[in-house]
Amino acid sequence: MKPLLITVSLLSLMTAASFAQSDPPVEQPMATDSTMVASTPSITPPAPVSSLEAKDSPDDHGHSITLSWEPSADDGAGAATVTSYVIYHSTSPEGPFDSVGSAISGATTFTHSSAKESDAAGFLADYVDRYYRIDAVTADQTIRTPSSVVGPVQSSGQWYNDGRTPVAVAVAFFGLLSLFFLKRAKAGADLYVRPLGGIEAVDEAIGRATEMGKPILYVLGLGTASDISTIASFTILGRVAKRVAEYQTHLIVPCYDPIVMAVAQETVKAAYMDAGRPDDYKEDMVYFLTNSQFGYVGAVNGIMLRQLPATNVYMGKFYAESLLLAETGALAGSIQISGTDEVAQIPFFVVACDYTLIGEELYAASAYLGREPLLLGSLKAQDYAKAAVIICALLGALALNIAAASNATWGLTFKEFFKVTN
Amino acid sequence: MKRQIPLVLVLIFGLFMVIQYFIPHESSEWIYEYLLDWITIIGVFALVLGIWSLFKVNYDKISQRKPDRGYSLVLLISLFATMFFGFFAKVDGSWGLHFSTADGLQSYMYRHAYEYIIRPIQSTIFSLLAFFIASAAYRAFRARNVLASLLLAAALIVMLRFNPYLGPLGDYISEAANWLLNVPNLAAKRAIVIGIGLGMVATALKVILGIERSYMGKG
Repeated sequence: MKPLLITVSLLSLMTAASFAQSDPPVEQPMATDSTMVASTPSITPPAPVSSLEAKDSPDDHGHSITLSWEPSADDGAGAATVTSYVIYHSTSPEGPFDSVGSAISGATTFTHSSAKESDAAGFLADYVDRYYRIDAVTADQTIRTPSSVVGPVQSSGQWYNDGRTPVAVAVAFFGLLSLFFLKRAKAGADLYVRPLGGIEAVDEAIGRATEMGKPILYVLGLGTASDISTIASFTILGRVAKRVAEYQTHLIVPCYDPIVMAVAQETVKAAYMDAGRPDDYKEDMVYFLTNSQFGYVGAVNGIMLRQLPATNVYMGKFYAESLLLAETGALAGSIQISGTDEVAQIPFFVVACDYTLIGEELYAASAYLGREPLLLGSLKAQDYAKAAVIICALLGALALNIAAASNATWGLTFKEFFKVTN
Repeated sequence: MKRQIPLVLVLIFGLFMVIQYFIPHESSEWIYEYLLDWITIIGVFALVLGIWSLFKVNYDKISQRKPDRGYSLVLLISLFATMFFGFFAKVDGSWGLHFSTADGLQSYMYRHAYEYIIRPIQSTIFSLLAFFIASAAYRAFRARNVLASLLLAAALIVMLRFNPYLGPLGDYISEAANWLLNVPNLAAKRAIVIGIGLGMVATALKVILGIERSYMGKG
């Protein structure tokens, strides 16, 4: 009994002592909105964020406000009690304020944005006055210190994207360069174009197919008619079809996309007419297969293995199917010519095909095949633009190195000039 | 006139698309999205053309008793069976053909045809890639000349970098592989990408100005 009494007495004393040491509990007022500011006596409320600014987000379609602030003095320093910031928004300076998001400690910006559809959740209408406040919050989420309210600020869409000025300058420069060389080409200037092995091999490959009495398979890839590489491929198809018509060989063009099929049919038909053999054009030369990637591969591989084309031409946009097609063609013993602007697929074509047009050569092929002055003019402009890119890259590297060595800031200005944002 | 109207349309819409890139305003985006909707609508109509082309080519093969017509027969039977099950569904307790709803896409046969026939076949074709990579690599890495030997050496280094049994040598190989990937390989890649970018702009310009007309069926 005695030990029990001693234990109870000690516990009572300890409880009394603990009450005596701590401040009396403060009853929190009931919140009228989500801006409740709670505090418990044991932790000092953190310092609020400072220099809070709210601005319309630049270079966007509207419905977005960007907030920036200086972190709380207790964020990573001082009492280091701030773990996050909660952002509040209202259309009136008096509130009520609603929480629209949060940012982790250390953050100094937040974008309050919405989808542009008026029925989207949390839709932010443009040209409406908005007010913001940020609470610095501690780990238990109950201790928080609000900042002062900033506003009014309105969101709106812009009519020019400043961040894309370098692109505008580059496009204007390249456009003017192209127009200059097109004019020169029209005036009859002699424009040299380096030989493209893959394109020069086309005639040889068609001749081989004619001698062997076997067809030529032309694959336009998985691109749509709006892909530039597919458009370039149409031009090459036109030239190939014309030569095929002249040699009276058979052409097979299985298509992945129905619109591409429609354009390819017109291209081949026009080529046969140009060759003076419109009657030789057959509708079953260009046909649709499927727009399932591997279904298409299965069908084209089947054609290769059953009909054993003398030549396979792959021009356009290719993905994982590139090696599946090219390797089957190689196993079938066909001469293979390929060209794509998909960088990841170029090595596959290089190892499995006899000739490969690498990247831009696909676009140059149409000019090379046609030898039309206007097309050659644009090719020349490309060469000069490439030279300009190389010069800019060298100057940029040099400038940044010199600036870094001399601790100068002009190097960064130079870098910023070429930077494309958003 | 037949040629002029498409060229004028391409010029107008091509220039609009170029300018639109620099205008983030909502109204500009709205027109852009509206035009993209047109592409989808045209695509749906073109699909009808595509299916007609597929049917006609294969029907002709069967009717003309061409060799390999068996494949065409399988294709046409599969095409019509899939279409039938895509429309045939049980709605409100009764089976029937439903052309105006998507109920058929949830039907047992349609889903099972996709899950247990089409998907495994597609996966099989994709997995063949591993074997094709091996056979292509064998051909590419034969040391026939100096360049091919360099390629072989580079490939060996890159392939060996994840080998866990190389001990301390593995660190050097890993470093060499990273250098190969991040310096010469990346430099070449970037050069190709810059060339492609310029080629694309040049081709787009040719299309907009009406110099390149291959998309009109005239190469």
